[in-house]
Amino acid sequence: MNTALSWIKAYVPELDVTPQEYTDAMTLTGTKVEGYECLDKNLEKIVVGQIEKIEKHPDADKLVVCQVNIGSRVIQIVTGAPNVKEGQKVPVVLDGGKVAGGHDGGPLPEDGIKIKKGKLRGVSSDGMMCSIEELGSSREMYPEAPEEGIYILREDAQVGADAVEALGLHDVVFEYEITSNRVDCYSVLGIAREAAATFDKKFVVPRVSETGNSEDIHDYLKATVEDTDLCLRYCARIVKNIKLGPSPEWMQRRLAASGIRPINNIVDITNYVMEEYGQPMHAYDYDLIAGHEIIVKRAKDGDVFRTLDGQDRKLDKEVLMINDGEKEVGLAGIMGGENSKITDDVKTMVFEAACFDGTNIRLAAKRVGLRTDASGKFEKGLDPNNAEFAINRACQLVEELGAGEVVGGIIDIYPEKRGERRIPFDAENINRLLGTDISEAEMLRYFEKLDLGFDEKTQEVVVPTFRQDLERPADIAEEVARFFGYDKIPTTLPSGEATMGGLPYKLKVEAMAGEIAQFSGFSQSMTYSFESPKVFDRLLISADSPLRQAVEISNPLGEDFSIMRTTPLHGMLSSLSTNYNRRNKNVRLYEMANIYLPKSLPLTELPDERMQFVLGAYGDMDFFVMKGVVEEFFDKAGMNKKVHYDPQAGKTYLHPGRQANIIYDGTVIGYLGQVHPDVADNYKIGDSAYIAVLDMPSLMDYTTFDRKYEGIARYPAVSRDISMVVPKNILVGQIEDMIAQRGGKILESYHLFDIYEGAQILAGYKSVAYSITFRAKDHTLEDKEVNAVMEKILHGLKGMGIELRA
Amino acid sequence: MREKLEKIKEEALKQIESSDALDRLNEIRVAYLGKKGELTSVLKSMKDVSPEERPKVGQMVNDARAVIEAKLEETKHALARRVREEQMKAEVIDVTLPAKKSNVGHSHPNAIALEEVERIFVGMGYEVVEGPEIEYDEYNFTKLNIPPNHPAKDEQDTFYINKDIVLRTQTSPVQARTMEKGKLPIRMISPGRVFRSDEVDATHSPSFHQVEGLVIDKNITFADLKGTLAEFAKELFGEETRVKFRPHHFPFTEPSAEMDVSCFKCGGKGCRFCKGTGWIEILGCGMVHPHVFEMCGVDTETYTGFAFGVGLERIALLKYEIDDMRLLYENDVRFLRQF
Repeated sequence: MNTALSWIKAYVPELDVTPQEYTDAMTLTGTKVEGYECLDKNLEKIVVGQIEKIEKHPDADKLVVCQVNIGSRVIQIVTGAPNVKEGQKVPVVLDGGKVAGGHDGGPLPEDGIKIKKGKLRGVSSDGMMCSIEELGSSREMYPEAPEEGIYILREDAQVGADAVEALGLHDVVFEYEITSNRVDCYSVLGIAREAAATFDKKFVVPRVSETGNSEDIHDYLKATVEDTDLCLRYCARIVKNIKLGPSPEWMQRRLAASGIRPINNIVDITNYVMEEYGQPMHAYDYDLIAGHEIIVKRAKDGDVFRTLDGQDRKLDKEVLMINDGEKEVGLAGIMGGENSKITDDVKTMVFEAACFDGTNIRLAAKRVGLRTDASGKFEKGLDPNNAEFAINRACQLVEELGAGEVVGGIIDIYPEKRGERRIPFDAENINRLLGTDISEAEMLRYFEKLDLGFDEKTQEVVVPTFRQDLERPADIAEEVARFFGYDKIPTTLPSGEATMGGLPYKLKVEAMAGEIAQFSGFSQSMTYSFESPKVFDRLLISADSPLRQAVEISNPLGEDFSIMRTTPLHGMLSSLSTNYNRRNKNVRLYEMANIYLPKSLPLTELPDERMQFVLGAYGDMDFFVMKGVVEEFFDKAGMNKKVHYDPQAGKTYLHPGRQANIIYDGTVIGYLGQVHPDVADNYKIGDSAYIAVLDMPSLMDYTTFDRKYEGIARYPAVSRDISMVVPKNILVGQIEDMIAQRGGKILESYHLFDIYEGAQILAGYKSVAYSITFRAKDHTLEDKEVNAVMEKILHGLKGMGIELRA
Repeated sequence: MREKLEKIKEEALKQIESSDALDRLNEIRVAYLGKKGELTSVLKSMKDVSPEERPKVGQMVNDARAVIEAKLEETKHALARRVREEQMKAEVIDVTLPAKKSNVGHSHPNAIALEEVERIFVGMGYEVVEGPEIEYDEYNFTKLNIPPNHPAKDEQDTFYINKDIVLRTQTSPVQARTMEKGKLPIRMISPGRVFRSDEVDATHSPSFHQVEGLVIDKNITFADLKGTLAEFAKELFGEETRVKFRPHHFPFTEPSAEMDVSCFKCGGKGCRFCKGTGWIEILGCGMVHPHVFEMCGVDTETYTGFAFGVGLERIALLKYEIDDMRLLYENDVRFLRQF
C-alpha cells in the first residue's frame, strides 16, 4: 500500500518528522515501511513563471523565445514546446536548478538533471519551462498535463512562488507492507491511527456530516439480501443530478500518490473513500436498474455474466451476485456489470457499500478468474460497521465537490450487528509473557492511543470492530509490546531445567555417510523431490515397474515437477549430465535424497519416505572403485559382516553385465553398477557413468557406533597361497563364501592376489589365486591344524569343480 | 722390531688417509690386521724375540693395531657421511611441482549452513527432530492455527496431493507432532525440506529448506526469545552482530516478530548488500499462539513457549554471497568445490 505523507498528516496534523524517522518508528511499532520516495527529489530552483511574450526564434522554425515573469524579474527562455501561450503560468527551473527527468519520461537519473543558462541557436536562454515528465511525474497521475509540452499551472498560481509546492510535489510517498491480520491498516485512516499512536500525536478522524435532501431513498429503491450468510451488510444511497467533471486537485494528487489514476469526480470519490476507509464501493446507473430493485443472492450454476471490462464470466452457485428486478448487475465485491455501469450520460446513480464474506469473495474471485482491488480488500474480511461510515463519507464528498444531489436516507440491511469484543486484561500476565515490568497505567495508556476501550469494572479491554485481529490476551500482549517497544524488551536466556541437545541417530549415520563420500572425492549435491513422469521412460524403467507408482501433485508447477520421485536416479543423472555438458572432468557427486513410496494409490495415508544415499560419478571411476566407497562406508558404520553382491539385480537402467544388488545379512540394502549406455545416452553423458544407491532405512539397523577393543594378535599368523583353475561361470564371491564357511575359527583373512584368463588356461576356465591367513588367539598354530582346515576348504572347492593348479 | 712396527703403522695410516672408498678400507684392514696381515705376521715372529721382550713387543703391536683400527673407523665414518651427502645432493627435487591431492569432495553450501545452525542450537541443548515431507493438511495448517479457507492455504502457495495431504510448506508440523507427544519441556529444531508453489528464478525455488525451532517450558518469555536469537545471530554471523526485532504477524505465534541482523558486509553503515538500510531480514519468530497449544494438548496455564523459523537457503546465499538460488540445485562441481 502506497500513501502520501500529506494524506496521513490530514488526520495527524501535529506529525512533524523526517521520512527516515517516520520509516524507523512506524516499522518498530509494526507498520512496516518498505521504502519511500520524495516526490520533490532533484527538483531545485523551480518557480511559477508567467509567459508575457512569445516571439519566433530568428534562426529556428521549431523554437520560440519567451519572456517569462518569475516575480522578481523577467527572464528569457527559448523553448521548442508546442503548447505555450502568452499569459500562461508554468513551472520554470532557473539557472543552476535541477529537474528530475528528461521530457521523454524515461527512467529518472539518480542525481537528476542540472539546468544551466546557455544559448539555443544563438539566442540566450536563462532557464527552462518544465513538462510533467521533467518534474518526475507522468500524465497518468496528472491527467490535465498536455500530451506533449510544458505543464500549464492553474491560473491562481502565485507568480514567483515555489512551483513544486503549487504542484503538490513537496510530499513523500511511503510504501507499506501491511500484515494480513491488520485489515484496518489497508486504509489511510488505519495507518494514520498507527502513526498518531506511534508518535504520541492527536488522531483527528474526518467529520462526516449529515447529507442528503428531503427526499427518501426508499421511494427510489428497494433492496433485499437473500443470502445473508454471504452478505453481512448492504448499504445503498442515491445521488441524482450528477455533474461529471474532474475532481479537485487535492483529491487527484492524493489518489495519484497512491498509484490510482484520477478519472472523474464520481470515480475519484469512490476510489478516495476506498483508500481512506479501506471500504470498496460500487456505483450503478440507477436508470439501468430494472424495477429499481436490488436483490443480493447467489448465482445459478452455469450463469454467464459480462463484467464492466467487457469479459464474460462463468458463474456457479457459490458466487454472490447483485441483481436488479430482472437480471444480474454485479459480481458482488469483485466487479460491476457492463449492463449497469456508469457512463458519461449518467443522471442518477446508486452508491453501494457492502460487507461480504471474505472467504467467499476470495474463492469466488479465484474461480471466476478475476481478482480486483475491491475483491482484494473484501477477501481480508472487512468490518461491517465501516460500510456505513464510508458511504456517508462518499456522499459528503459528492456534496462538497458539487458532483450531484444526494437523496436523503440510506438503505441499510444489517441483520446481525457486530459488536465490540471484550478481552480480559491482566497486566501481570502480560509482563510474565513478555519478560517485562511495565506498569498497568502505562499499558492502559497504549490502549487509549489505539482507540481500545477499557472497562475498569470487569477489567476487560473493549475492542472496537475495526480491530478484528484482537481476540485473546496474547493479542493484547502484542499491543503492549509494540508500544512499549520490541527493542526495549530485555534480552535473557531461558531458565528452567537443562536439556540434552543432539542429533537423532539417523542423522548421525547420514552425516557419517556424507563424510565417507567426501573423503572418497564425492561432492554433495541437492536436487528437487518432484520430477516429470517422463523420467521413467528416460531411465528405461519397465511399464509395469512399481517405481512408476508415484505420488502425484494435484496442482504442480508443470508436468516437469508433477510427481514425487520414487527413485533418486533422475536427480543424480541430471546433475552428472549438467556437469558433463559443461565439460567438467572426473565428476563425483553424492546426495542424501528422500524418495516417496505410496502405500496405496490414490494416497489415503502418508507415503513411505525413504532416505537414499546416492553416489554417482563419471570419468576416473569404475565398478570396483564405487564398490570400495560403499564398503568404506560399511566399515565405518560398524557393518562388519561379509557383504554379498548379487549380479542378478535386474535393474533395467544399469549395464546388464555390470550391476549388483548389495546384500547384507541376507537383506538387499542397495545396488550399484554402471549406468546403462542407453540411459547414459538419454542423459547425454558421453562417458561411462557409475552409480550406487543405498536404502538407508534398510541398513540403519545394522549400523552401530559402538566399538570394543579386541586386542592385537600376539601369536604369529600362518599364510597359505592357493592357485586354482576355476570354471569361468563361478564368481570369486562363491570361492570366498566357501573359504569363509570352511575356514573355521582360525581363519583370519583371505585375499585375491591373482586372476587370469587366456593362454595357458583351458578355455572356459580362469586361474584364480588366493592367499589365506590363519591365526589363533591363544597359541601358535601348528602345521597340522592349518593343514586340516586347508583340507576342508580344498575339498569344498573341489565340490564346486575347482582344481588346484599343477 | 720397534722400527719395523713403526714403519708398518706409518705405511698403514698413509694408505688409509689416501683411500676414497669403503672397499679400499676393507682391503687395508685385511692387509694389515687380517690373519695374514702384516701386524699379524709380526706377532707370528715373536718366537724370535727374547721372553723378557715379548710382553713389550706384544704391547707395541696392540698399540699399533689400536691406532690403525681407530683411523680405519674414523675414515669409514667420514666416507659414509660423504656418500650420504652425495646421495642427498642427487635427490634434490623441485618442491614447486604440483601437489598430489586426494581430491576430497565438498559439502553443499546448504548443508554447511545447516551444520552451523545445528551446532549452535545443539550447543544450547536443543534436540534435532525430523518429520515427514509429505504431510497431513491438519499438521501443516490446522494445528498451527491456519484454519480451513485461510488465505495461506491457497493453492497459489501450497502443493496439494489431495485435500487432506500436502507437501509441507514449513517444518512446523514437526513441532505440532512433538508437542502432541506431550513430553515437556521441549527445546527442538526441525530442519528440512519444504515446498511452495513458486516458479524457479534467482530468488525463488519451489523447494527449499527451513529450520524451525521451538522452546516450551514454564516461564518462557519474549525476552528469552530475544536473547536466544540474538545469541544465535552472533554465533552465526560474528560477535559484533546486532539484532533488531520488528512486530510482524504469523498465525501460529502471538506476539510475533521478524528479526533483522546488522549487515555483516558493512557492519550496519548501509551498503548495496543491505540495500542501504544497514539491516538484513533473517527470520520470523514469536511466542507460541495459545490456540496452537490448545490444539496440540499443551497446558496454557503452566507453559509458554517461543518458536522461530529461518530459511537455510537465505542464510547460505547471504553468508557465501551467492547471487542466484538456481546454483544451489544445479550441482555444478565448479560451484560445489568453492565450499
